[in-house]
Amino acid sequence: MSMVQPGMAQSGMERTDIAFEVNGASVSVSVPPVRRLSQVLRDELRLTGTKVGCDAGDCGACTVLVDGNPVCACLVPAASVTGASVTTVEGLANGRLSALQASFLEHGAAQCGICTPGLLVAATALLERNPTPSEAETQDALGGVLCRCTGYRKIVAAVMQASRHMNGIDLRLPEMGHAVGASPIRLDGVPKVTGDEKFGGDSFPTDALSVLVVRSPHYHAGFSFGDLDAWIKAHPGIAGIFTAADIPGKNCFGVIGPFADQPALAEGVVRLRGEAVALVAGEREAILDLDLTDFPIAWTELPHLLQPREAKADGAALIHSHRPANLLTSGYVERGDPERALAAAAVTVSGVIETSFVEHAYIEPEAGYAYMEGDTLVVVACTQAPYMDRDDTAKVLGLAVDKVRIVPTATGGGFGSKLDVSLQPLIGLVAMKTGRPAALAYTRNESMMSTTKRHPAEMKATIGADAEGHITGMVFEGDFNTGAYASWGPTVANRVPVHASGPYLTPNYRATGYAIHTNGPIAGAFRGFGVPQATIMQETLYDELAGKLGMDRLDFRLKNCLRDGCATVTGQRLESGVGIGECLEQLQPHWTRALADAEAFNTASTASKRGVGVASCWYGCGNTSLPNPSTIKVGISVSGDVVLHQGAVDIGQGSNTVITQICADALGLPLDKFKLKSADTAITPDAGKTSASRQTFVTGKAAEKAGRALREKILRFANVSEQATIALDGANLSIREGDAARRIDLSELKVDADGMVFVAEETYDPPTLPLDAKGQGKPYAVYGYGAQIAELEVDLKLGTVKLIKITAAHDVGRAINPVLVEGQIEGGIAQGIGMALMEEYIPGRTENLHDYLIPTIGDVPPVEHILVEVPDTEGPFGAKGLGEHVLIPTAPAILNAIRHATGVLVTKVPATPSRILAAIREKEARR
Amino acid sequence: MNLTGLDTGGKSQGKALWAGQSGTARFWEGSGRQSVIRYAKPTTVDEALALLGEDRWRILAGGTDFYPAQGAKPFRDNILDINGLAELRGIEETDECWRIGARTTWTDIVRHKLPPAFDALKAAAREVGSVQIQNVASVAGNLCNASPAADGVPALLTLDADVELRSAPAIRHLPLDAFVLGNRRTALQPGEMVTAIRVPKRSAVGSSAFVKLGARRYLVISIAMAAARLVVENGVVAEAVIAVGSCSAVARRVAGVEAALRGRPINEALADAVMSAPMDELSPISDVRGSAEYRQDAAREIVARAVCAAIGLGESKVAA
Repeated sequence: MSMVQPGMAQSGMERTDIAFEVNGASVSVSVPPVRRLSQVLRDELRLTGTKVGCDAGDCGACTVLVDGNPVCACLVPAASVTGASVTTVEGLANGRLSALQASFLEHGAAQCGICTPGLLVAATALLERNPTPSEAETQDALGGVLCRCTGYRKIVAAVMQASRHMNGIDLRLPEMGHAVGASPIRLDGVPKVTGDEKFGGDSFPTDALSVLVVRSPHYHAGFSFGDLDAWIKAHPGIAGIFTAADIPGKNCFGVIGPFADQPALAEGVVRLRGEAVALVAGEREAILDLDLTDFPIAWTELPHLLQPREAKADGAALIHSHRPANLLTSGYVERGDPERALAAAAVTVSGVIETSFVEHAYIEPEAGYAYMEGDTLVVVACTQAPYMDRDDTAKVLGLAVDKVRIVPTATGGGFGSKLDVSLQPLIGLVAMKTGRPAALAYTRNESMMSTTKRHPAEMKATIGADAEGHITGMVFEGDFNTGAYASWGPTVANRVPVHASGPYLTPNYRATGYAIHTNGPIAGAFRGFGVPQATIMQETLYDELAGKLGMDRLDFRLKNCLRDGCATVTGQRLESGVGIGECLEQLQPHWTRALADAEAFNTASTASKRGVGVASCWYGCGNTSLPNPSTIKVGISVSGDVVLHQGAVDIGQGSNTVITQICADALGLPLDKFKLKSADTAITPDAGKTSASRQTFVTGKAAEKAGRALREKILRFANVSEQATIALDGANLSIREGDAARRIDLSELKVDADGMVFVAEETYDPPTLPLDAKGQGKPYAVYGYGAQIAELEVDLKLGTVKLIKITAAHDVGRAINPVLVEGQIEGGIAQGIGMALMEEYIPGRTENLHDYLIPTIGDVPPVEHILVEVPDTEGPFGAKGLGEHVLIPTAPAILNAIRHATGVLVTKVPATPSRILAAIREKEARR
Repeated sequence: MNLTGLDTGGKSQGKALWAGQSGTARFWEGSGRQSVIRYAKPTTVDEALALLGEDRWRILAGGTDFYPAQGAKPFRDNILDINGLAELRGIEETDECWRIGARTTWTDIVRHKLPPAFDALKAAAREVGSVQIQNVASVAGNLCNASPAADGVPALLTLDADVELRSAPAIRHLPLDAFVLGNRRTALQPGEMVTAIRVPKRSAVGSSAFVKLGARRYLVISIAMAAARLVVENGVVAEAVIAVGSCSAVARRVAGVEAALRGRPINEALADAVMSAPMDELSPISDVRGSAEYRQDAAREIVARAVCAAIGLGESKVAA
């Protein structure tokens, strides 16, 4: 460690006074004239409703109005607003929510909420001149704001119909006992539309040290530091530099203990571009003015491996010396005799599919701050997994786990990447070493470089069927590029073989998934853990099989889909709740209509052709054959609130609302009596990580159990039967059974340290069984199912794809909150569209949001959702998980539709115009 | 805007101007450093040119290229903020030309009533980034940034635009293709700034269209783009001016196609003429947005579509 005394910082630039108006109030700031307006609003005026997602005009999250015109505040010099009138999201509500804000909430147009301010501001400008815009006008006005959660459709609807929401907001609070199945407005919704919601970067203490991370520009390199002390002395305002040598604990973290291999700060060698090697902490203005180009570090570039085929080749250098052949691990499932089955099959098809790194591209880059509270380190940051953050941070920093407290902020999208720690141990180290609060918000560039991605896959498979069209066997093998460190690579390697059959009866089967290290970005968890990639392989081959068999593609799937009583490829007999058949059946009329539409169009059109594709999904909810408990604590406070410790982190998907709905009905009290406590590790029990589509199922089940247990305690206290009803009336609890009524004054009861008079805490862990050497066992207690149809048009001369419609049927067991379910479906589809058509992360090349493309508001077609409810006996109120399922069928359905339209299958995704046209040309050349 | 280079080492305490405080010296001094970083926001072009003559500056206009290029790095260049130059904003019609002031934004272009020859430029304006970008980004900045994918260049080429460059002692005009020299390279000299873009009246005739090909609907960098302006007389193409962007270091006119169209009757067969015409000017590269082969093919296709759209046949929207 190299440190100097704090308090010497000086700004490197002269400031000037700039006076302007914000939301009708006159303000004056003293800043350098070229300071970005976004920084002025957030840092000087503490108007943190204006978000920063990219600092480059690529995401629109910082949209504000300057004299009524929408602009990206990150591109506006402070000097340019002198005398101007600026409107931010905080200025949209005038005493009460604007019609647009109310419409956003009622439509469910805000999920995580990080893009919501930008969208609201841009839409306000539109509605000002056009109160009833068309869909195209709405899209044109909002095309500059990216959203990664919603799939945009509810945003479009909310804007178009805003003028109907002039009379305040309808919270749609259900009657007592009817919360499950209702769609109340998300309980955490209002702050998301007012700009009040605090995300990772929105509440930095004013006296916090700013932290900069020094990162590797090389894929693989050795490094050594020069004279750090001299460099500090030459740069006033720098409080210290921290390197691996300063790390007091075990400099090795990872989400799966036995595979942990990643240093918080690299030790002498870096294994990927963007890896952290040192921290520079200093006063905010000094850090803003700090140029790292002369940072004293010497790099020695080393040869690197970026492709799995290079990394696994004989003699390849090992990225981790203890992992031969650069194999992190593999997963394997075998059932029956696949070779024999394929040899005997009437028809077989084989193929290869390659996929790319996919970036999560949440609009909120990682951000947070840390401080010491006595001898406890407190980390306030965005996350999907507070308890895992706590454990890894404690390990790296050499602290007992109870000396680390993780306080999750609102999380502006996660999709899997915010399961891994990122900045937590880094800001924790600075806070510990300096005794001062330490704050850090990743730039878009460092977020993209240093955090995890979806695994690129190189897959091959063969599938066979008998003459009647029954699948008889399948073999699958996939290499998954897991990058430089383990992260969730083992999970991907294990999940893929379990799911690669799709939700289809496959009696003879062998699937192997390999996680192979390279010097590429760390591939980890991303909505589906490898299953979306594997499903492209399987579902595109299914189309080919149906073609060879002369069968309708949907009929072929219906013939083979799993039904109640079937055994999966892991030999798990599914007794009930298998909803894939009903999903496919519900799609039939849409399929028939879509095929007829396409045929009619194609008769008349030669320059472009329509195609229709279908694909299915299944997905096991929760950890694969591993313990996966959630604990929920709920109580009645002495003041008459239901206090729910809601530990299932809501990253936009809606767990704050869904878990509460479940608990409310189990307890028998209405939603409006609930007060939520966050997933703060100091106050709320561990409800596990927000991943693997487990929260509604696992935490929901714990909430159901806790609600019932609390109810039982109350009933027992009142000595009444299960038939009784309870109600809260101020600080009184009234209990009624038949004609008898009883009133309990809560203030007369014994109160615990938390102010509770009744408390229940329950844990649920899904019943699973380990997989044996052949991958046979019961990996999941609950599966969810779905199927989607994609309709699209391909321009045969340019290879461009215009999506026309997605029809999505998803079996969710029981839709706890149908509007939130629709939001998940539309958002998953948008990410599937991105994966299918445009998303390809190339390290060193697409580390920003203009070279790395995610769908905009103009890229998601109308979505028709069909909610199928085949109840699961295990899930709460019959519910199954949903979050990842919704993404899985989209990309294969699109690829199948492109093949239907053009006759060619694009075997590398994304299917860019360039690749589609090349495939068309290749087919023409073969003629 | 264009980087005019950085050399502040030997200078100290030059005079700079702050809007509304003409004559008051203001400067920034990097604490603990030798160099002085200047910021100035003059209110007249003459003041701006005087400053340009005495030091090296990086010009700040709309900011939409300036800030992304800056990223999180600290400022180390002198910055000449031209947002105080009211006289540089707006479109003016003179006897000889249409004059687009250097600070004119893309939204200004969209909103200004202009002859149909400018339709391609207006269409390009709507495709520059997003509405948020169009509201502040300037036409001149698009040229000075000199990206091969600059949306405004093909349409301005079809309008025979020239660039007005002023320095304290001189004014000169360069044809657009002599101003943008290569990827991120222009003919801008030290001491100079772009003050206007001029479109001669004789070229502001006929009808035009612009086709942008990208991998998504909004906020997208072009894979390829084409602008076409056609003058039709007696049902025959009297003049065809066509330019293609994103398929060479600088957008290029395609003379072979232009020649092939001249004298042809107005009908769908014009597209066939495009397909068989020589088009040797392009030298596309392969990158993350598309392969070189794809660009070569697609460029011809979108040229045909732009030609058809310019005379009212077919659509001009080809975002994927």
